[in-house]
This record gives sequence, structure tokens and C-alpha cells, in this order.
Amino acid sequence: MSPRPSDGTQLKKSEISLTMYRRLRLNIILLILLISLTPFLLLGGIISHEYAFMFRNGLEKQIKYRARVQANSVDLYLKGRAAILSGMADLHTMNSLVEEEGLARLLEIINIRSGGFVDLGVIDDKGEHLAYVGPYNLQGLNYYNQDWFAEVMSKGFYISDVYMGYRKIPHYIIAVRRRENQHAWILRATIDSDAFNLFVREAKVGETGDAFIINREGRFQTQPRFHGAILGESGLNPSLFGEGTVIDRRTEDDKTILLAGSWLKNTDWLLVITQDAAEGMSAFLKTRNAQRIYMGIGCCAILLVTIFTTHLSVRRLEKTYQRRGEFNAKLLQADKLAALGKMAAGIAHEVNNPLAVIGEKAGWMEDLLEEEEFRGSPNYQEYKTSLEKISLHVERARKIIYNMLSYARKMEPHLEDINVNDVVNQTVTFLDNLARINNIKLETDLQPELPIIAGDQAKLQQVFLNLINNAMDAIGKDGRVQVRTGNENAHITVDIRDDGPGIPKAMQRKIFDPFFTTKQTGKGTGLGLWICFDIIQNMGGTIRLESAEGEGSTFSVALPIVPPQKK
Amino acid sequence: MENFRVLVVDDETDFLETIIKRLKKRDLEAEGVSSGEAAVELMKERRFDVVLMDIKMPGGMDGIEAFRALKVLQPLTEVIFLTGHATLESSVEGMKLGAFDYLIKPVKLDDLLPKLAEAFRKKNAHEQKIKNYKIQQLIRHPASIFDLEKDDFLPNE
Repeated sequence: MSPRPSDGTQLKKSEISLTMYRRLRLNIILLILLISLTPFLLLGGIISHEYAFMFRNGLEKQIKYRARVQANSVDLYLKGRAAILSGMADLHTMNSLVEEEGLARLLEIINIRSGGFVDLGVIDDKGEHLAYVGPYNLQGLNYYNQDWFAEVMSKGFYISDVYMGYRKIPHYIIAVRRRENQHAWILRATIDSDAFNLFVREAKVGETGDAFIINREGRFQTQPRFHGAILGESGLNPSLFGEGTVIDRRTEDDKTILLAGSWLKNTDWLLVITQDAAEGMSAFLKTRNAQRIYMGIGCCAILLVTIFTTHLSVRRLEKTYQRRGEFNAKLLQADKLAALGKMAAGIAHEVNNPLAVIGEKAGWMEDLLEEEEFRGSPNYQEYKTSLEKISLHVERARKIIYNMLSYARKMEPHLEDINVNDVVNQTVTFLDNLARINNIKLETDLQPELPIIAGDQAKLQQVFLNLINNAMDAIGKDGRVQVRTGNENAHITVDIRDDGPGIPKAMQRKIFDPFFTTKQTGKGTGLGLWICFDIIQNMGGTIRLESAEGEGSTFSVALPIVPPQKK
Repeated sequence: MENFRVLVVDDETDFLETIIKRLKKRDLEAEGVSSGEAAVELMKERRFDVVLMDIKMPGGMDGIEAFRALKVLQPLTEVIFLTGHATLESSVEGMKLGAFDYLIKPVKLDDLLPKLAEAFRKKNAHEQKIKNYKIQQLIRHPASIFDLEKDDFLPNE
């Protein structure tokens, strides 16, 4: 009967614990990752978001500023043109300008001084186009019914939206009114659309940026760089732009475009600056990509370290539990055997007494059988043989019990403070008589002040008793047994040396095997040295034999110095 | 075999009676008692050379205690423990106290007799030594009074 669980249950058990450890490992890894990665990613996300927000803000501020500055420039440009026209009107009489020569000279002068004027015209207070110099044939047209005519006559100053007009090409005009005596007349100029376009566009940023002007209806007043033509629908709602509003607009190819608008002071025009958000944010995107890479590396590092350390600690835990399990199993085994041993010992003790009675009774009957009256009996020999057999089997039973007791003793571990020298002395005292009878000198050479160790004193005594007894058995009669103790390499050594016949090489290998004996049949059980070996091994020590035929044998026991626990 | 006085102390009466008969048959003066107290009482009146003592016995006095008591009465008497309940502890204690030997039941009489004889010889030798010492003392100090038969005097060796 084996107290161990069968292989099947053991396998099942280990499988269960395997999944348990796997789950434990996974749980720990997930938990650590959750705890460490969450704040890490959260922080990274927040920083990235805040940075994007800041960068976007900066970008918006920048294009707002550009829009404002460029709007001012355009205002100044228009104001400048209007001022030149006003000056010219003020310095001339209508009559002097109606002559084409004079008007042509004026156009030449102002284009030399400032540029951008395409043509010049003089219109009287009836709307008649009295004089014109320029590439188009507009002389003789009447503007009286046109909106701008009424406005310039009342306000004295007018800048038009871009319109096709009689010329059928997009243009805009600046007109100023001059009062001369009782009459008013108008000096009107067309501004070069291309030059104005270029001027406006100067405010564009980068590869994808643009700058253009739209009117209140959302129509382009200058040619945009992309998508759309002058006077075409811009698709923008100008009423959304207050002073310096930035709005997003998404184009078809899924790009975010930032727009900033600023109203001009002199006209109902809105100067719009656009910028591709991606281009503007490119510096930020670079930084963000770098941040993502660093965070990625960080995450990988955390992951690897987590997996590695978890694996390491779970394995250590697993090993510890495994060792504890093995230890517990051993302890349980030892416990069971100890209980079994105690029972065996109890039985053995109780059986010894009746056995002694049987032995004595048989002996007494043998004694009586030798008397005359029995000698003559026809069954004398039968009686004698039977009684001898009884004695023989009593002896056999005695030996069995003796071995059982030895085994029981082996099973009772208990830890106590051991002074090895004391144990040796006690053992030697115990064997003194036997030694004297056989004329064997039992000598001790004990190193004083050996450290106290923890162990089972009775078991250790059993070992010494066995070894010294064996030594004396080997000698037989007349010889010497030396017991020497020492302290070497953190071990207490006990050498038991005899000057007996020694042990042949072939037998030395088997000397610690159970049931191996060199003694006469019936004298030794072959268990003594095996038990010794087992006891010393259980104490963590070693037992060695050195022997040469004719020179005797030395059994060397080395016990680790295990200090007793503080009580 | 020399004729000497043996006291057997054992609570197992079957064993006790039989071993007494067998010892007597071998011309030894053998007496048996079945408790430690009885042994001590008997030894107050009679002298024994060797005592064969069981260890575990019912009653107030076990073998070890009886041993201590009788060593006070008759210091030179040798004691051999003979027990079924052999433990290493009791054997070591017995030997430490100065028992002649420690045997485990059952023991063959043929093995036991030589032990008894040896114990007796040891006791005799010891006794003789003391007698010689006393005689020397008498020669030196004739005024001293010694009882040569009583082993009440142990020399300081």
C-alpha cells in the first residue's frame, strides 16, 4: 500500500495548478499594465491634446493677425488710389480734363507715380461719359441710372465691387466727385485687377495658403489661387466673420482649411486668409509623431518589464509552493510512518514479555527433560526437538521485534540541542563493557568546544552505537577503536577508526545497501549501516568509508552545523 | 559455576517463577520478588551479589528507582537490567547510573548465565579490594574497628 496519490491524481493536480499559475500570471500582468499604462497614456493624450490646442490657437492668432494686417494694407492701397484721384480732380477743371490729351497725360502721370490704373474717365453730373482714356471704348456711355453714380454724387467717394459692366471683364472702379462752381463732375478710374489680385495675395502663407477678397454676397472680388474664379461663389457666408473670426472649413479631399477674415474699412469687402491646417500644423505633427514614438517605446518597455518581472516572480512563487508541497507531503509521510512506528514499537514491547515467558518455560522444560525419569521416555527425542524448535522461534521472533523497534526509532524525528562530544561519550560508556570483555581499547580524541547543533540525539546515538559496535565486531578480540571529533568546513566530523581486517574493495560499494551484511548469518540483519546512512542523510550530513584490507576501516561522518533555534 | 546469590525483580510472575527455578537448578541461590518496593525491603535483610532488574513495573517504584534505592543499601551489588520495554533513553540512563549491563527480553539463559557470573566476579573483585584496603588500614592503625564482612566502606581511590 502506498500512501502517495496515484500518478493520475498527481497529473491532474499539476494541470490544475498550471492553469492556476497561468491565470495568476495573466491577471498580474493585466493589472500592472492597467495601473501603469492608463496614467501614462492619459498623460500623453492630455499633453498631446493641450499642445495641439495651443498650437492651433497660435496658428489661428497668426492668420487672424495676417488678415487684419493685410486688410489694413488693402485699405491703405485703396485709400491711396482714391487720394490720388481726389488730388488730381482737385487740381484740374473738368474742361481741362475733357480734352483727351490732358486726361491721357494725367493717367500717364499717376501710373508713373503709383501704378495700377487701367483707365480714366470724366463723367458730368448728368451721367454722360465726357472723356475717356484707356483700352476700352466707353466714351459716350451714360451712367446716370447706375447705382454707383448716385452714390458717388451723394457721398463724393466710391469704390465699387468687382463687376463685369459694359466691358464684360471683371473690374472695379474708384470714383471721386469734384464740385466746380454750380456743377459737379466725377473722375473715375478702373483699377488693374491683376495687380490688385497680386497685392492681395501677398498675404498668403505657405504652399497651400491663399488670400482673397469676397463681397457681402460671398462672391470673389479677387482671383483665388485655388477653386473658384473672380465673381464666382466662394461658398463662404461673410456674416459668420466678425472682426477676426476664424472658422474651419472642410474641403472634398478631407482637408481642414483654416479661414480668417477681416472687413475692409472703405468698402464692404472681406479679406480672407486661408491656410491648410495640415500644413500649418506640420511642426506640431512632427512633434506629435515623435511623442507617439517615445510613448510607443515606453509602452513596449513597460510591457516587457511587466511580463518579465511577473514571469519571474510567479515562477519563484510556483517553485516555493512546489517545494512546500513536496515538504508537506514528506512531512505527512513521515508523520504516518512515525505513527505506524509508534504502534509497532508498542506492540513489540508488549510481545517481548510473553515471548520471554515462552522462552523461559521452554528452557525449564528442557532442563527437566534432562532428569532420569524423562530420559527413559520413548518420546524423549521428540520432546527435546520440539523444545529446541520453540527456543529457536522465540529467538527468531526476538530478532524481528528488534528490527521493528529499530525501524520505529528511525521514524521518530525530534529536534533537540546536541553536543556531539556528549553523544560520543555516552555511546562509548554504553559500549565500554563490551570492549573490555573483548580486550578492545575504546579510545576517544574529542575536540573541545564543538558547536551545539540541532538534531535528533537518539538517532545520532544510534548511528554512533552502530558504527562503534560494527568496528568492534570487525576486530573481534584484541584491538583498538578510535573515535575522533573535529570541526572542519562548517561541518562537525566524527571519525570512527578500527584496526580490524578492513573491508574488501568490492564490498565497499555495497556496504550502505539494505540487507547487505558481512556478518555471519543470523548475527546481522544488514540494516544497521543502511539506517545510519539514512539518518545522517536526513540530518543533511554525509557518511563515508575508507578502508584497505589488512589496515582497518574508518567511517567518517560529517554533520552540517545547524545552529539550534532560539527558544 | 560459583555459587552466588541472585535476586530477580520482575512483575511477570510466570517469567519470575520459571527463571528462579532454572537458576536454582544451576545451583545458584536465587530469590524472586515482583516489585521494586519488595526488592528494597528484601535487601534490607539479605545480601545479594547480583540483581536482575526489570524496568517497567507497576506500583510506585520502577526499576530505575529501585536501582537507586538498593545501591544505597548494598553499594557493591551489581545490577543487570532485563526488560521487554527497551528504549535507548532508559538503557543510557541505566548505564550512566552504573548498571553492569542492559539486556532485552527474551534472553537465552545460556547467554544470561555468563553475564551473571561476570557481574559476580566484578563484585567479588571489588569486595576483595576493599577487604585488602581495610586489612592494610588495620595493620597501620590497629585501634580502628572494621567489620570486614560489611561493605559499608568505600576507599577513596
